[in-house]
Amino acid sequence: MTEEIISLIRENVVQGRVTRDDEGMDEGMVGQPGVTELIEEALASGMGLSDIISKGLTEGMTIVGQKFEAEEYFIPDMLASAEAVGAAMEMLEPHLTRSGIKSKGKIVVATVKGDLHDIGKNIVTILLRGAGYIVKDLGNDIEPQAIVEAVREEKPEFLGLSALLTSTMVNMGDTIKALTESGLRDEVKIIIGGAPVSEEFAGSIGADGYGADGFQALAVVESLSSGTAGSK
Amino acid sequence: MPREGILVNKPLERISSEQVQQIHEASIQILKDPGLLSFNRRAAEIFHGHGAEVTDVSGDGSPCWLVKIPEKLVADALASTPKTVKLGARNPENTLVMKGDEPRVFFITGSETNIWLDVDFPTYVSKSDASKEIKVPEFHQRRGMVADLCDSAHVCEHLETVDGYIRTVNIQDKDINEDNKDVNKFFASLNNTTKHVMSGLTNLKQLDNVVKMAELIAGGRDKLKENPIISFITCLVKSPLQFVDDTTETFMEVCQRGLPIVVSSSPQAGTSAPIKEAGIMAQINAEVIAGITLGQLVNKGTPVLYGSVPVMARMDTLGDSYGSVETSQYNIDCVQMARFYKIPNYSTSGVCDPKIPGQQSSIERLFSNIVVALSGPQFLHCAFGLLDCNSIFCLLQAVLDDAHFKRIKFFLNSPRINEPELTGIQQQIREVVATPQKMFIRHIRPVMRSGEISAPYPFEGDGSSDNVFALAYERLQELLAKPVEHIDEAATSKIFQEIPGLLPRLNVYREGR
Repeated sequence: MTEEIISLIRENVVQGRVTRDDEGMDEGMVGQPGVTELIEEALASGMGLSDIISKGLTEGMTIVGQKFEAEEYFIPDMLASAEAVGAAMEMLEPHLTRSGIKSKGKIVVATVKGDLHDIGKNIVTILLRGAGYIVKDLGNDIEPQAIVEAVREEKPEFLGLSALLTSTMVNMGDTIKALTESGLRDEVKIIIGGAPVSEEFAGSIGADGYGADGFQALAVVESLSSGTAGSK
Repeated sequence: MPREGILVNKPLERISSEQVQQIHEASIQILKDPGLLSFNRRAAEIFHGHGAEVTDVSGDGSPCWLVKIPEKLVADALASTPKTVKLGARNPENTLVMKGDEPRVFFITGSETNIWLDVDFPTYVSKSDASKEIKVPEFHQRRGMVADLCDSAHVCEHLETVDGYIRTVNIQDKDINEDNKDVNKFFASLNNTTKHVMSGLTNLKQLDNVVKMAELIAGGRDKLKENPIISFITCLVKSPLQFVDDTTETFMEVCQRGLPIVVSSSPQAGTSAPIKEAGIMAQINAEVIAGITLGQLVNKGTPVLYGSVPVMARMDTLGDSYGSVETSQYNIDCVQMARFYKIPNYSTSGVCDPKIPGQQSSIERLFSNIVVALSGPQFLHCAFGLLDCNSIFCLLQAVLDDAHFKRIKFFLNSPRINEPELTGIQQQIREVVATPQKMFIRHIRPVMRSGEISAPYPFEGDGSSDNVFALAYERLQELLAKPVEHIDEAATSKIFQEIPGLLPRLNVYREGR
């Protein structure tokens, strides 16, 4: 029974199915339980959280990664799977806290003040959740002070800032300044992304990292998290 | 099932139906006065025998007749011309069915060039920094050989967007002469592609050998009629308004045998035709319908294509300017004229002026390929691999063209908008806007694999360097390495026994080859 549910969770991650209404990759899957229904079932039957995460979700994402490398899967497939894992992690989060299991880390993300563009930030959010991070998405057009408050409250290991416009990218610097002034700058690693920004710009405003796309952002977080993950 | 081509949903029309009628009437007037000069006696006699006014205007020992064609003769011929032409193929799945009133486009290679263009990629090292190297494409011209024709047919067999094959290169091997050129060019083409093969004829004496070869491949005379795996193209009319002796004779002989043939005319606006659009259109249309009329008088019901290769003259040299915008305008007008007669159209696009692949070549060919394809010609000679006004053939360019045509064909797909689609979309939008991320990404997946999303340009680089030629060259090598379905051994053996003049090295079953 346990093995069967874990196997189904893994398979549905590979299929990228969040709920029973999703089509997935193969024919005839609509109506069968998706990842969220299977997680519910697993929790109800008292299954171990670490098995659900490592043998179901993580192994599923590993298969997805292999399919992507083999050019069998494309980015929308990766994102669908990541979304399924993200939805599962959201359901598991309270259980993880109760059982004292530490997540890979918490990340606050926001599109900075004056900017309404959030596609890039949303893709990064899906990928981070799919990789097992807890993501607090503040939304778009977020004032520096609101970001400072979120960092104070959520105590994340990472802060992701996004901007699409040359006119709003400067607000990333203002946000970092506000964090410095509030004494919180050293409590969080800051990663920036968006079409007009660059590695050089990240350095100039005192950010810790830059991701040119969602996958690079995830890689930067993984690389920075090797020294910080689960420390809080 | 024949090849699908691409059905143009709403074909581009440059001229109104009133203007189409005006061109037709002007052409009819031209055929009556001044009429055409025929340097072919038999053609003049045939016209005369059917009521045309024919006057001997021979002079200086050159026999010539002025033929004034009455309207009724043209009208009867246009009525008896088949409105659907089938171009068969060794592989029946490559058959092309062309209906004169249906704007279904088939993309076909052409023409016959003397020059073959090779490419290689030598490495250059920076003088100031020896660690810096670049590979630069270098192009080398040489005369075309029969092995090149085989390679070209081989590659076109594997290029998805190529629907049919017109021999691309004039074979100039030392052992090729006037008497064996036709059989070798047809065999080299037919043996390396299972698609339809069209060619001109160098020597009329070889027509029966070529037809016999096609019969042996198709399985007999009747089978060839059912599945005409070969067809012909002739420029029987030289502009302005002259039936050329030898090509007219070839045309009539092909018509007698009932095999499909293109009646092609190629006036140049400014020199061999009036420079004004109305003028070149009235003239080219007169020339083509005169040819069609002759074909029907020779053999009523013989299948022909309305062939139009109009071109604008360059103002600096008075040479052809196929890359000019006007050339595309004339071609689209001709597509409309052919559709008016409901006769399948052989049209031309993609011909460019430069001698090597590059930006100018891409701009000129893409422009005309897009606009002419939009007008919905049935047989689009789209200059696969051709450069220098169809004087040079380059396989690398053919591979680049295939990528262009994938995009054009995708663009020509019918819009996918209907009630069920819109109802489904409403539900999808409702669901997505209720999610925190408001992203439609997961709905891409089923569409991505159904062929509804166009493929990216296959030769794109990393964004900061242009590797198009190098990537296309890699693709070319892959295509050349793919196997080809040759004519089977038994038929090949019969062909080599019965058809004189074939080069033994073309027999892929010959030992020690």
